[in-house]
Amino acid sequence: MATKERDPLDPIRGRKLLVEGGPSFHDITEQVCSPIEQPTLAWWLAFIPSLGLLGVFGISLFWLLWEGVGVWGLNNPVDWGWAIVDFVFWVGIGHAGTLISAILFLFRQQWRTAVNRSAEAMTIFAVICALVFPTFHTGRPWVIYWSLPLPNQMQMWPNFRSPLLWDVFAVATYFTVSLLFWYVGLIPDLATMRDRATTKIRRFAYGLLSLGWRGSTRHWQNYEKAYLLLAGLATPLVLSVHTIVSFDFAVSQLPGWHTTIFPPYFVAGAIFSGFAMVLTLLIPIRKWYGLEHIITIKHLENMAKIILLTGSLVGYAYGLEFFIAWYSGNPYESFAFVNRAFGPYAWAYWIMMTCNVITPQLIWFKRVRRSPVWLFILSIFVNIGMWFERFVITVTSLSRDFLPSSWDYYTATIWDVGMLVGSFGLFFTLFCLFIRYLPMIAMAEIKSVMPAANPHPAEHTSETHSATHGDFDQK
Amino acid sequence: MAKASKKIKKFGLLAEYDSAAAVFRACEKVRDSGYRRWDSYTPFPVHNLDRAMGIKPTVLPWIVFACGMTGAASGILLQWWTSTIAYPLIVAGKPLFSFQANVPVTFELGILFAAFGAVFGMLGLNKLPQFYHPLFNVARFARATDDRFFIAIEASDPKYDFEKTRKLLEETGSVKVEEVDES
Repeated sequence: MATKERDPLDPIRGRKLLVEGGPSFHDITEQVCSPIEQPTLAWWLAFIPSLGLLGVFGISLFWLLWEGVGVWGLNNPVDWGWAIVDFVFWVGIGHAGTLISAILFLFRQQWRTAVNRSAEAMTIFAVICALVFPTFHTGRPWVIYWSLPLPNQMQMWPNFRSPLLWDVFAVATYFTVSLLFWYVGLIPDLATMRDRATTKIRRFAYGLLSLGWRGSTRHWQNYEKAYLLLAGLATPLVLSVHTIVSFDFAVSQLPGWHTTIFPPYFVAGAIFSGFAMVLTLLIPIRKWYGLEHIITIKHLENMAKIILLTGSLVGYAYGLEFFIAWYSGNPYESFAFVNRAFGPYAWAYWIMMTCNVITPQLIWFKRVRRSPVWLFILSIFVNIGMWFERFVITVTSLSRDFLPSSWDYYTATIWDVGMLVGSFGLFFTLFCLFIRYLPMIAMAEIKSVMPAANPHPAEHTSETHSATHGDFDQK
Repeated sequence: MAKASKKIKKFGLLAEYDSAAAVFRACEKVRDSGYRRWDSYTPFPVHNLDRAMGIKPTVLPWIVFACGMTGAASGILLQWWTSTIAYPLIVAGKPLFSFQANVPVTFELGILFAAFGAVFGMLGLNKLPQFYHPLFNVARFARATDDRFFIAIEASDPKYDFEKTRKLLEETGSVKVEEVDES
């Protein structure tokens, strides 16, 4: 207790070891692949409740389609209720996956290799959940393709001035690029699964998906370049997606929405909530799957620091919104913010403030940052807080806008709740299937950041060596 | 298939190494011996191994750039054509076309096409999917995706000579060298 906790250091680079316990390359393959090849009972304990929640989703969706959008609690001023709240919530969750896979890759943050695969999977599943809400909110989901610029017998085209259409393009592109990025990362690991396969079906399935990958250096060269380029493309993309999502609000004229702070504030909030979801998922999984030496406490600490940073940015944005509302001298704007904090939805506002601004500040303490239990609890708080942030933004502004005669209080119905709870079922079911059938740790990437992957072990004793290899030392 | 000749056609020689450092030094030696049709196989990208093999940089960035520009151009053209020619409709008294409102879709389509270019360009340059390869017949080669490193020099290389090439590979610190059949 008296001595400070110390992470094991890489003997050559003097930095924190990314993989603890000094496993060999083969150990990594075993540790990642064997839970897939010999599934544990614990997996069913996660999968069956997820399927149950998915059933709730199915029932809610069926009733919605049978009866119409009227089963939701939408009313006349608040015609964007939980559907848009849930949409923004889920899209935001996805952003941490891309931040880990793309932005941290560009910054050469090698610790990302332990968590990027599962975070990218989380992104894809979160975007699937997000897409459900606007699709069904249209009321006629069977003609959702009208939002795409397809030639049609009505000779009509979408209105490209609408932020909602920008959203269609942004989220669809985001989903496609995230899926491609994830799949490209999976190819070498699928080949590992193929080469270890003992049954015919497995060999065929992983063989088909791995496209005949054989680890050729001539292939790795193109592959690494493609990966780098995808990271470079995904970085502006992920920032643009939540920017465009925020345009859904900011481009309108409504007090409380019509602000220029929305794009950066939404992006920070998205990363904040996404990292919380990564922690919510990975803290139990690393325990159940015995991956604590790959997803180390240091990884959790790093992610907690990002949560602290983005959480503080979000807190700053909340404060600044109030300042600008007062400083603008606009009475409608000022009213919107006073109404948020002290109006009929004050309860939601203070839940948001507590979960997003106050509790994450505990991460300043190293003991909290390095405690999986604490981080898990905090991550749940952030998830709740960020859902309420979107609720507060959407509902307070809509329920009380310019004209008091058109104000109304909005309450959700059981079917709104069913959709949200059920979407978690969809998310967790997909995530369970992912950890059941695909390697949840990027094996090839983990191996490449281990000390044994260095092709020049002796040269590293001195800092001065051939310039041709210099720029790759850190990798 | 049913060749009359006694000898089965040979793919080449396969050498196995047990560390990234060993395969790196071996690649430099094979490169310096002037072979052209050869390759190394590793479970993860070994840094600078492509340079140790003397492979030229990839053209992939140019493909991605061209795809990205095509995507952005189609985005802006689509929006210009639909809003001024195909379906001119005045919304909120705004001009029919103004680039400011069209930036998001243009940007997204540019990224989308560039990403397609990166993924399918990479697969195309690598000639993947390729479900059959002579090396897949070698049982030991399964470890190329696990923890072992390999070099294969193909029999079609003009400098290939069974004895000399085998000697070269054996001298590079390999664990084992063996001949691989074509089919």
